[in-house]
Amino acid sequence: MGKTGRFGEYGGQYVPEIVMNAVNELNEAYEKYKNDPDFLKELHYYYREYANRPSLLYYAEKMTKDLGGAKIYLKREDLNHTGAHKINNVLGQVLLAKRMGKKRIIAETGAGQHGVATATAAALFDMECVVYMGAEDVERQSLNAYRMELLGAKVVAVESGTRILKDAINEAMRDWATNIETTFYCIGSVMGPHPYPAMVRDFQKIIGEETRKQMQEKEGKLPDCVVACVGGGSNAMGAFYDFIKEESVRLVGAEAAGKGVDTDQHAATMAKGTKGIFHGMKSYFLQNEEGQINPVYSISAGLDYPGVGPEHAYLREIGRAEYVSITDEQAVRAFEYLSRLEGIIPAIESSHAVAAAMEIAPKMSQDETMVICLSGRGDKDVYQVARYRGVELDEN
Amino acid sequence: MRIRETFEKRKNSGQKALVTYIVSGDYGYETTKENIREMVRAGADIIEIGVPFSDPIAEGIVIQEASQHSLSQGTTLKGIFQMVKELREEIKETPFVMMMYLNSIYRFGTKKFFDLCNECGIDGVIVPDMPYEEKDEIQGEATAHRVDNISLVTPTSHDRISMIAGDAEGFLYCVSSIGVTGTRSEFTTDFDSFFDVIKKNSEIPCAVGFGISGPEQAKTMSQYCDGVIVGSAIVKLISQHGTESPKHVYEFTHSLRKALDE
Repeated sequence: MGKTGRFGEYGGQYVPEIVMNAVNELNEAYEKYKNDPDFLKELHYYYREYANRPSLLYYAEKMTKDLGGAKIYLKREDLNHTGAHKINNVLGQVLLAKRMGKKRIIAETGAGQHGVATATAAALFDMECVVYMGAEDVERQSLNAYRMELLGAKVVAVESGTRILKDAINEAMRDWATNIETTFYCIGSVMGPHPYPAMVRDFQKIIGEETRKQMQEKEGKLPDCVVACVGGGSNAMGAFYDFIKEESVRLVGAEAAGKGVDTDQHAATMAKGTKGIFHGMKSYFLQNEEGQINPVYSISAGLDYPGVGPEHAYLREIGRAEYVSITDEQAVRAFEYLSRLEGIIPAIESSHAVAAAMEIAPKMSQDETMVICLSGRGDKDVYQVARYRGVELDEN
Repeated sequence: MRIRETFEKRKNSGQKALVTYIVSGDYGYETTKENIREMVRAGADIIEIGVPFSDPIAEGIVIQEASQHSLSQGTTLKGIFQMVKELREEIKETPFVMMMYLNSIYRFGTKKFFDLCNECGIDGVIVPDMPYEEKDEIQGEATAHRVDNISLVTPTSHDRISMIAGDAEGFLYCVSSIGVTGTRSEFTTDFDSFFDVIKKNSEIPCAVGFGISGPEQAKTMSQYCDGVIVGSAIVKLISQHGTESPKHVYEFTHSLRKALDE
């Protein structure tokens, strides 16, 4: 007791009593269906027919030549329906919600990708959908906010606290506590109380499983290095999970250093965080010495979170994965680099992984291979990057 | 021990206990101290010393805003302990319980936290984001320091009530309705059956809270249990009147006491 859903000492179920029965109910449903052939058949049907899986593993030849080191492959989660890896998890959770008889779905969103994915699945399966989004994120990702409304969701701009992702989660948790009997909370990352971190990982692990198979076909071996960006850490857990047992595969997470880890404007939880208990889990958080959660900053709304999923905290502790911090400037350069070199505009979140790869790949040998999880596409970020570069665009 | 005795005293004279909550440090520690003095003078039996947290997920808008406001004025847990220590020199009998989020204890250091509870005269803690399954996070130190770890039960607890009530300490905090803190105009919970289950499983006093906005509701709710808890309604008064709030808090608390005693 008290030790369910732990990754080492991390994880747990630190939520108010009012939602405990709902969390337990979800856990039972997940345990019941996670290996159920009918459930998995339906999930994989929608992965394939609706979300466009398997996603491509593209050999980035020009990037490889330019960097002069490891052979680089891009796992193209950006080509999924709705434009990011988020749909993998949402399809899993919404199908689970359907089996649990829930008719109302709520979600938090940062950049809006998880919100869009949730609104999409809610439209598909005829469910009511409410998405909480920090007011500041609604401003910097207005396109995604409008996209969710087009899909029939109600978007609530959260004005409390620091008006970003963590505040959207707070508000979603309050909604959940208030409407617990009718509502399914579709968490967008490998965070929150058990079973969410494990469940979201399981719905995302398809990324790594496909990568393994595709690398086998193309290279006849495992990749030597897998790189992914980490906010809460769902695309990274999805990309890493199937390789954790393969000790030859180096796993690298790239978190957001904003204006630099030595400034007070970053979201580099792994570099600068300390152990804490927040949003239902024990993990690392950016907080002050009295446990107040710090305001965080990143150019990327999707990485702008003061915590990290508990399994990442564990993977780092046991030395299985390493985490690097990437500044706004590095991410924007990587955004431009991949756009010009490969004709692929990556999400600003995924650009953090590209930037980390640009550091690491040249130090690897040409016999080695690297996979970058390109978690999302960057259309949504064009305005933000233009503004960063001082270019005035006519529309917001 | 002070907590059980307080409930017993009221019970023996056929009365209900009144528990009042305050966000510490909102408009300064001196305002908080004065408000606590007034609450005690007006007949509050137990004071819930709220420790503001940056992200209070179980709170409605009133306590959220007061918490933010308090933190922006520089309130710290250390400062709150100092304030409690000073108050304890004047107020000897009234139990003080701290209501706070688990991260505040965890990050402060659990042992150090409970040492200070002893030093400053804190009788119990209420941690809304620590369910039964995770209470070992603090239970060892709480027990070693004889500080009650006060549990909550809610209308969604159902079959969990017996487990929670069976191990409860101090008093059982019965949440009136689903949702977050804040005043409500009406309740939809079936109180008869909710408290029936609680009473069957609990030997310790029960107090009901969440959403009690004034004397009338306090009176109505008190028939089901041993005491009532009023939070947001008081915090709202303090937000409205700032440093001038103590006289309003006195009047309001007094009206609650009067209604309960009628």
